[in-house]
Amino acid sequence: MKAFVSAALLACLSIGASEAPPVNDALILGDVLPLKLSDFGLLMGKQGLTPAVGVMPYKLSTPLFSDYAEKYRYAYVPAGKRITYRADGVMAFPVGSVLIKSFGYPADLRKPTENLRILETRLLIHRANGWVALPYVWNADGSDATLKRAGTRIDVRWTHLDGQVKNISYAVPNVNQCKGCHSLDGAMMPIGPKARNLDQDFLRTAAINGLPAKIDPIPVWNDPASGSIDARARAYLDVNCAHCHNPRGPASNSGLFLNWGQVDRVALGVGKRPVAAGSGAGQYSFDIAAGHPESSIMLYRLASIEPGVAMPELGRATAHAEGIALLSQWIKAMPAGDVK
Amino acid sequence: MRIAIASLTCAFAAIFPAYAGTLRVEPGANAQERLQTALLDAKAGDTVEIGAGRFELTDGLSLDISGVTVRGMGTDKSVLSFKGQKSAGEGLLVTSNDVVLRDFAVEDTRGDALKSKGSSRITFFNLRVEWTGGPKATNGAYGIYPVSSTDVLIDSIRVSGASDAGIYVGQSKNIIVRNSLAMRNVAGIEIENSFNADVYSNVAMHNTGGILVFDLPNLPQKGGNSIRIFSNRVTKNDTPNFAPPGNVVSQVPVGTGVMVMANSNVHVYGNILGDNATANVFVVAYKQKFDDPGYSPRVKNIVIRDNEHGRAGWAPGFVGGKELAAAMGGAIAPIFWDGVGGAAAGVHVSDKVAVLTLGLDEPLTPLAEMQPGPIDLSKTPIVAMPAAVVLPTSMEVALK
Repeated sequence: MKAFVSAALLACLSIGASEAPPVNDALILGDVLPLKLSDFGLLMGKQGLTPAVGVMPYKLSTPLFSDYAEKYRYAYVPAGKRITYRADGVMAFPVGSVLIKSFGYPADLRKPTENLRILETRLLIHRANGWVALPYVWNADGSDATLKRAGTRIDVRWTHLDGQVKNISYAVPNVNQCKGCHSLDGAMMPIGPKARNLDQDFLRTAAINGLPAKIDPIPVWNDPASGSIDARARAYLDVNCAHCHNPRGPASNSGLFLNWGQVDRVALGVGKRPVAAGSGAGQYSFDIAAGHPESSIMLYRLASIEPGVAMPELGRATAHAEGIALLSQWIKAMPAGDVK
Repeated sequence: MRIAIASLTCAFAAIFPAYAGTLRVEPGANAQERLQTALLDAKAGDTVEIGAGRFELTDGLSLDISGVTVRGMGTDKSVLSFKGQKSAGEGLLVTSNDVVLRDFAVEDTRGDALKSKGSSRITFFNLRVEWTGGPKATNGAYGIYPVSSTDVLIDSIRVSGASDAGIYVGQSKNIIVRNSLAMRNVAGIEIENSFNADVYSNVAMHNTGGILVFDLPNLPQKGGNSIRIFSNRVTKNDTPNFAPPGNVVSQVPVGTGVMVMANSNVHVYGNILGDNATANVFVVAYKQKFDDPGYSPRVKNIVIRDNEHGRAGWAPGFVGGKELAAAMGGAIAPIFWDGVGGAAAGVHVSDKVAVLTLGLDEPLTPLAEMQPGPIDLSKTPIVAMPAAVVLPTSMEVALK
């Protein structure tokens, strides 16, 4: 009790000292699931657009496509703790860390910073017994966000890059669906912050143990200067598909493995017949028909928005035309006759 | 006996806590969120009870807590309708262990209906899965779909309309499928890339193919073996194939009773088979090109005995089948084998009907080169039958 009082006193004092309340480490490490995002003290201001002290923004070279939503990513590592570098996979964030991602749409995608409406903020919290995913949905007035463990749908409207108005039913995932992607050997795991996909500013400023002097970054999927079509297509597949389609992920049973280091051409889909695709196979016989994007199941499924056909299965009420264009180029350039 | 019960109780207590709760969900507004929340809030030992009525759902449901029973009020009372589904690959996805799904219905999912991935001790009991518009290529692929699961019990299921398989067990181990009715699916029941399955006391009627035992290349688990298909009724499988063309089942000819492909140690016995236009039973190699050094496209040690045969083979649905039937007096034999592997394949047939071999040399030998003729396979030595599949006692007890 005494400890509690003095901790509370200390908290008050530090508020007085720095004006902004500190991030609530006790809540992050505890076992309750707070109903309000504001309880954590991670994001400040209307729609949570201002990160608290110690909450570091980061960017990814090649991000996951999420129905054209603008995404704002932050990482919080408790004071005095450090991230540990890993060459492969996601870096090791210490217990008490939080990865934060807010999703929103500007009124007009051509003016991405104006008239922004933040829809939801997803937290991945590293507690003593593992990572926990919590989706928070913002109030209409942007004053706070409320926990929606079972997910929800939000009608969204924006003016697209081509000037057309788009209307979609945006899906906030339920916490199991979070795990549907964020799963490795059945345990919840972050996906994004792999050293090879993180921006240099973050790598330079964050407290990271064992960071090598030079990291080979994966290409920026839509920047031809950053890599060949092959490299950019593989980066796109790694980020958008490989969280499920890897030998230890939720789609391990498909035998289709699209991770960055994959070298088996059949596992990558070339000349690979569908297994349990159902209507997802459409009229086609191979995941990738070398030289023929128009008859490759992969592109058929990426272009579809039908449940049961559409891939990825979640977070896809629109097709990603630009990603499809890249993969089409990639498949078209493959020499046919890869199958023995 | 007392000792047995006591140890059983202990085994049970180890899995489930002493006080089990019930989380009941009724149909009505916001059913999606309320039902999903119950599936998130349940603790090991709890039952999520689905009330009577129709649940109109818009998204896939999922369960990731071990030791949970999801129970409805009956397969015609508690109905989960996915007619308005907007996303997700299945109706309900289970990714945890020791789960029982029972006594409800799932209708019109856009993808698969009930799927378990990587689950141990998963039970599907007394469920109805249906695509209410009848057979259509746009229906979901699988009705009951455990994959990469161990200890699988599928009992008392009614499934119709699946555009791939009504009941599909993939890349799993230790499986029982029994007392179920599969009608008007492309495949009624399919066991694929799996080890140790007992499929018995089922009825597979009016599908394209009744019961399929397949093995496919380029998958994490392959080399399907030790399968027993017995005491089933597999008749009148007469629904034209409506699978999307890319899928392997799209090549199953209409009028297939039991089909065994690229598996080993498969025993088909004591079944009632008949009114299947292609064949009551056929045994074949995998006939596609593949690039997978660890995969065998051939069958090995197949035993077909003591089955009752009705009419079959009057319209074989493979290339050249029609001509072959005409040449053989209007129908081919009720059982045929592609002949791949010759005597080394170890195919035994002692049913009291004729057997046809297509006389193909290799898996990829074109059907045009077949050298069909009658064959006596009754002298092929019978390989020892796999032991009956035994599931952990907790699974059978949970159904009492």
